[in-house]
Amino acid sequence: MPITVTINGHAHTLDIEPDTPLLWALRDTLGLTGTKFGCGISACGACTVLVDDRAVRSCMFPISQVAGANVTTIEGLAADGTLNPVQQAWLDQQVPQCGYCQSGMIVAVTALFKQFPRPTDEDIDATITNICRCGTFVRVRRAIHAIAEGGGGEHA
Amino acid sequence: MRKWTRRAFIGTGTLAGGGFVLGVAGVAFSPSRHSVVSDDAATTGQLTTWLLVTPDNLVTVLVPHCEMGQGSQTALAMMAAEEMEADWNLVRVKEAPATDDYANAYIARAFGGSIPAPLGRAFDYGTYRFARWYGTQATGGSTAVRGTGRYGMSVAGAAAKQMLIAAAAERFGVSAAECKASSSRILHTPSGRSATFGELASAAAKFSVPSNPVLKDPDTYTIRRTARQRFDIRSKVNGSAVYGIDFTLPGMLYAAVEIAPVYGGKLVSVDSAPAEAMPGVKRVVRLENAVAVVADSYWHARKAIASLKPQFDDAGHGGVSTESIFAAFDKSLGAVPDTPKDAATLVTADYRVPFLAHATMEPMVCTAKVEGDRAEIWAGVQDPLNARSAAAKALGMDVEHVKLTNLPLGGGFGRRLPFTYDYVELGARIGKVMSPVPVKLVWSRENDIQHDYYRPAGMARFAGALDGNKMPVAARCHYAGGGDGESVFMPYAIADKRADNRDASHPIRTGAWRSVLNSQHGFFKESFIDELAHAAGKDPFLFRRDLMTDQPRFRAALEKAAAMANWSSPLPAGEGRGIAITESFGTIVAEVAHVAVSPEGALRVRNVFAAVDCGDVVNTDTAKAQVEGGIIFGLSAALLSEITIAQGRVVEKNFRDYRMIHIADAPQIEVEFIRSDAKLGGLGEPAVPPIAPAVTNAIFAATGVRVRELPIKNHPLPRQTT
Repeated sequence: MPITVTINGHAHTLDIEPDTPLLWALRDTLGLTGTKFGCGISACGACTVLVDDRAVRSCMFPISQVAGANVTTIEGLAADGTLNPVQQAWLDQQVPQCGYCQSGMIVAVTALFKQFPRPTDEDIDATITNICRCGTFVRVRRAIHAIAEGGGGEHA
Repeated sequence: MRKWTRRAFIGTGTLAGGGFVLGVAGVAFSPSRHSVVSDDAATTGQLTTWLLVTPDNLVTVLVPHCEMGQGSQTALAMMAAEEMEADWNLVRVKEAPATDDYANAYIARAFGGSIPAPLGRAFDYGTYRFARWYGTQATGGSTAVRGTGRYGMSVAGAAAKQMLIAAAAERFGVSAAECKASSSRILHTPSGRSATFGELASAAAKFSVPSNPVLKDPDTYTIRRTARQRFDIRSKVNGSAVYGIDFTLPGMLYAAVEIAPVYGGKLVSVDSAPAEAMPGVKRVVRLENAVAVVADSYWHARKAIASLKPQFDDAGHGGVSTESIFAAFDKSLGAVPDTPKDAATLVTADYRVPFLAHATMEPMVCTAKVEGDRAEIWAGVQDPLNARSAAAKALGMDVEHVKLTNLPLGGGFGRRLPFTYDYVELGARIGKVMSPVPVKLVWSRENDIQHDYYRPAGMARFAGALDGNKMPVAARCHYAGGGDGESVFMPYAIADKRADNRDASHPIRTGAWRSVLNSQHGFFKESFIDELAHAAGKDPFLFRRDLMTDQPRFRAALEKAAAMANWSSPLPAGEGRGIAITESFGTIVAEVAHVAVSPEGALRVRNVFAAVDCGDVVNTDTAKAQVEGGIIFGLSAALLSEITIAQGRVVEKNFRDYRMIHIADAPQIEVEFIRSDAKLGGLGEPAVPPIAPAVTNAIFAATGVRVRELPIKNHPLPRQTT
């Protein structure tokens, strides 16, 4: 049975099995490959997207559960081509190395700011559990604080 | 495809539409930083590095190295642009195509001399091993900047500048000596005339490439030694970067695979019916050592592969386990090494480190399109030429009939180096079966963790002796699991230093893991010197420093790290500092770790201070990022990661049992560079080896507990009484 989902503000009707993880619907059905596959067991966060402003690990999240919800992927964060404050800080602070985990990291941090406009180190430690194999954590933390200090947390 | 001919690579070529392409003719190793092109380049040389200057006044640098996060494509472009006097805003970078023209064999020329005595520090074994892959286009061994950059890009830039000046002098009818390059223009100062690189490009291409261009005085650098943003970051923050896993073709199918769980095992049988009955499945493909499901989506392929129960043999290795491997190591190490009979104090210790997986965030992926006697491959690899050869061999094709396009890598760390292309071979074989339909093979994380080329497990047995004045007179070890002259080198003035390799083979597949053998031996030797210091009743920093009488670079780095950490300042109970220093890939790194052990025995690494001597720094920001990343990478291994073996198989499956640290576990890191007169060293790897011993040495300082086996998580720390 077709499922209608809203991705980055656009409605899509998908004729796929309801147990299909959101990740594979995004990547293989819709061609939105910015969201990455890392582990398939919700452990690493590379596949993080926003579902109604909440960070969700899409690799184990069935497409049936997003019917009627608003999904935002990394491609949807830069409205009209303008990077969101998190993306801009990631560019300014040169956070990514290989960059593969960073779509999920950026989305997870965007969700963090929706919860905590000025997150403390403890908020960051408790909320951001994405794995980055290149080891960009020092810059991730620095960029988060830079966003908060610049007042960007309210707009992320 | 045109055949490789030596002559084709010398000199310049004119681009369709104007502009020119410049190649550097052969280079030769030279101790001088300023003289790098040999006079016989035209007969011995091989073109390796290219610059494009186009009429729009853009300089495009074609880099024969992949981008996997290390930032060396940007650093190499900086090195070329610096010598060329290009306007950095008008510089672009492109990865060179996977063709023989771009084989980066000059690395072999630069490093591949005779091998010195095994314990000498003068020779960089990691790079030597790397250089033997002559004819490849590899990125590894921390060689891009110090090899390609120093011997290729800098020379290409300087040669291009000289040719552009010659073209301008001709155009203006003046002497070349009166012209100079600045901001992508050539200026004739006396007359005030100038022309852009783009305007001069076609004329410049007619001049022969100077064989020995003069390189800039480093004191006049304006691009190097500064922080420049990487070219690839924007695409990595907006989701537009196309990694190997993101590549798609019209009509493409997807494959999931299950591989013989014991390395070397073969597929015995599989009932394909359950998968064939599932939605979207096109075919079950039986391969020698694996079974694959090809379907119309990756999710369909992934679900269907899970429905199969393939039977594999165990290649006779079903009895192998972590215990059996370490028992063999222990036996091969034999008795404790001999030490002087008259020594006042004898110190002995055994150290162990486990197998480790690379666990790149992007799993292994290969897309293959096979049509008749031709094939195209898309993947993210550290050596596109060797990967192309692997695909050609798997397909039974002439390598000239295989085209490989390399894509950005979601991490490398050595997993995608030459001769590790099992996933490319599998992808090619599946593509051949499905020909002419293109197929993208995506490994699961379980495939990745269980079918790696692992960092070898290792074990070392040390004995050391102190004389009556508590001065060390001997430090000897036997080791099993691999080692070489660079990795076992200790920079300490101890009269009797020896390290003997004891072979103890096992069937687990191993490979190069970020920092290679230094990752094991850094832990062994820097733990042992710490134990000697404590046995002598001396401060571990001062003990090391006082033994570095003939090693001024080591001593400077050690002192700098100690100063950064405020080494001698007092700490509360339950906290401690540890120090360690290693040299690898031409770079010396000293690290101090500051740890705290809670009353419950929980460890936290609070701060790491790193002092780095890599000679000189090209891009100050990416250099720092590599040190930060190397410390985090090494810290995951020190604290949490291990691959264990049971019944010949890897036990760990995914990130829940092959663990890595999170941001909550990451220390604050401070990095400082020391500019020395040493030649350029690598940066991708050298920050990894010191972190494990720095942390275990800090744990000893904090608790009195000596951790001699990694990962630290397996060693319960005592509750702290306060």
